Amino acid sequence: MDSDLSPQDKKDLDKFIKFFALKTVQVIVQARLGEKINTCSSSSPTGSDWFNLAIKDIPEVTHEAKKALAGQLPGIGRSMCVEISLKTSEGDSMELETWCLEMNEKCDKDIKVSYTVYNRLSLLLKSLLAITRVTPAYKLSRKQGHDYVILYRIYFGDVQLTGLGEGFQTVRVGIVGTPIGTITLSCAYRTNLALMSSRQFQRTGPIMGIIIDHYVERPFTNMAHMHPCSYRAPGEDEGGTYAGIEDSQEVCTTSFSTSPPSQMVVPGKEGGVPQVPAQPTHGTAAEHGRIPSYCSMLIFHLSVQLNLIPCVCVCGSEVKTVSPSDALETTFTRKVGAFVNKATTQVTTTSLDLPFAAFAPRAYDLQENDPMVHPPPSPAPSSPLQGSLHSNTSSHSGEQPQDDFVMVDFKPAFSKDDLLPMDLGTFYKEFQNPPQLASLSIDVSVQSMAEDLDSLPEKLAIYEKNIDEFDAFVDTLQ
Amino acid sequence: MNCRSEVLEVSVEGRQVDEAMLALLHTILLHRSTGKFHYKKEGTYSIGTVGTQDVDCDFIDFTLVRVSSDELDRVIRKAVAEFKDALGNSGSDGMGQISLEFYQKKKSRWPFSDECIPWEVWSIKVNVVNLANEQERQICREKVGEKLGEKVINIVEVINRHEYLPKMPTQSEVDNVFDTSLKDVQPYLYKITYQITDSLGTSVSTTMRRLIKDTLAL
Repeated sequence: MDSDLSPQDKKDLDKFIKFFALKTVQVIVQARLGEKINTCSSSSPTGSDWFNLAIKDIPEVTHEAKKALAGQLPGIGRSMCVEISLKTSEGDSMELETWCLEMNEKCDKDIKVSYTVYNRLSLLLKSLLAITRVTPAYKLSRKQGHDYVILYRIYFGDVQLTGLGEGFQTVRVGIVGTPIGTITLSCAYRTNLALMSSRQFQRTGPIMGIIIDHYVERPFTNMAHMHPCSYRAPGEDEGGTYAGIEDSQEVCTTSFSTSPPSQMVVPGKEGGVPQVPAQPTHGTAAEHGRIPSYCSMLIFHLSVQLNLIPCVCVCGSEVKTVSPSDALETTFTRKVGAFVNKATTQVTTTSLDLPFAAFAPRAYDLQENDPMVHPPPSPAPSSPLQGSLHSNTSSHSGEQPQDDFVMVDFKPAFSKDDLLPMDLGTFYKEFQNPPQLASLSIDVSVQSMAEDLDSLPEKLAIYEKNIDEFDAFVDTLQ
Repeated sequence: MNCRSEVLEVSVEGRQVDEAMLALLHTILLHRSTGKFHYKKEGTYSIGTVGTQDVDCDFIDFTLVRVSSDELDRVIRKAVAEFKDALGNSGSDGMGQISLEFYQKKKSRWPFSDECIPWEVWSIKVNVVNLANEQERQICREKVGEKLGEKVINIVEVINRHEYLPKMPTQSEVDNVFDTSLKDVQPYLYKITYQITDSLGTSVSTTMRRLIKDTLAL
């Protein structure tokens, strides 16, 4: 019963729960940033380190958490949840885990608020630090970058676990009893990480004009409130003053610390401008500076398995804010086939998702303006052998039905641009049809099979006569 | 008061012993360390701040979280290195046990020395396996990482039962409860010992090593 709690204890307890919730969110989101977290110990208390732990406050995360809480506190029937999900460059997303801060009705009346509860909450935060590195999403978050990003969402109210798929596991981080209820912190995480893209490569379907629009109607409407776990506060020193506690009066008062607060308050971003995920250091998206929110542009492997996550490059950690209008239009850069070094062309369609898009049929309008695609002269075969070589060559261009046959200039691997008169491609084409050897100059078509057979006994007799020579030759090889 | 005893078992490859032991010991010590106490005149005290550090293991797919204290890390690494050497030199099948014991001192009158009363003991049993090829090592790397994750969850589960902890001491008694020798953090008084099991399964514990910071020894 609250009536058993003194007003000061009640006030302290509410403050502890509020800041515990905020710090919990910070720990979880920071653990999914994709980088190692290091903070320094300090023997002198500063008064701003809640629960005697050096946990930095990312202002945007604090802002989002406070927005979700909307002035309320986690309580009985009111849980605070942090949902971590993965979003691919193609727009597919998958919930990975949900961290739940809940309270049940089991009260511990005798516990001391300002001492025991505070210390146990500190212990629970340490446990959270350890457990966040153990769940499967941690490894995924460390490898986020070009192919996928990790997003977070904070919500308040009923816990939603349906997005975690079948067979999700739950781990309890810990519990702390208080006079008004027992705080429990747990994590439910997905175990089946196979991601099947809903947008397979479809040669029949239109591949032009597919714009990833994050504002279309989605089954889970709350996806629009996802935020990337890739923020880095510029100029923030580790171990220095911690920013983000906007209410300068809300110092972490404990029964131990009496020093006044000395903290820098950094105004968080207002107005709900979405943060952009980390800019890729290379790849098509990095070639121009406009990136829609929550989206990266490269090809994503179709299935994401727990043990087979492609080892993606770590992104740089720049953060740029973009206006919401930028998010509505996506820009793509042409992808080119392997070993081709033509300059890329920027187009506003998604034909690039198709491998070897340069060899796609002319039916797509894009190809008409495509400098990669032009009809080369077709050489006439002079012999059956040469004809077969020619057909091998044309196979490099991509076998197509006769109606839609498109000849593509042959670009051999590792060839340079046409700066030299004789490059590898030209050399190859010229010398793949060499003149016949003198010994084969006899017109093969004239000789009949019967004549061949007749000359065989003579040849065999010669070989038998010279058999010693042949044996000596074989001996030299051994 | 009975001493609480917990046992953790891991099977690792030889080169993983260091990191596996560090991961578990640091996880326990993270929960059993506080900031430095600063006592004030009115009988109250303030507590310093504990920082944390993520450390990626080289031979295990695992990232451990430890207290940001190089001094404490050096002490733990030294103990683990001695344990690993003992494991290697024993000629046994590679089985041993390293124990992290938290205790508090009870003052006794002269001529008796202070009594050390353990209140929590963590025993980590190690079984060293030999692997034949690189593929097995890669599998072992992942499996041991998962196993360590399970052990961390076990540790957290035990600690969050909130069972007995020594009372917060007064200034005069702080050295009976906490190790105050480090300059940045303050773990509960602890000692690390190890035993190597020979192939017969009997203990050959002639190499008990004490790492007590005993400032009040006679």
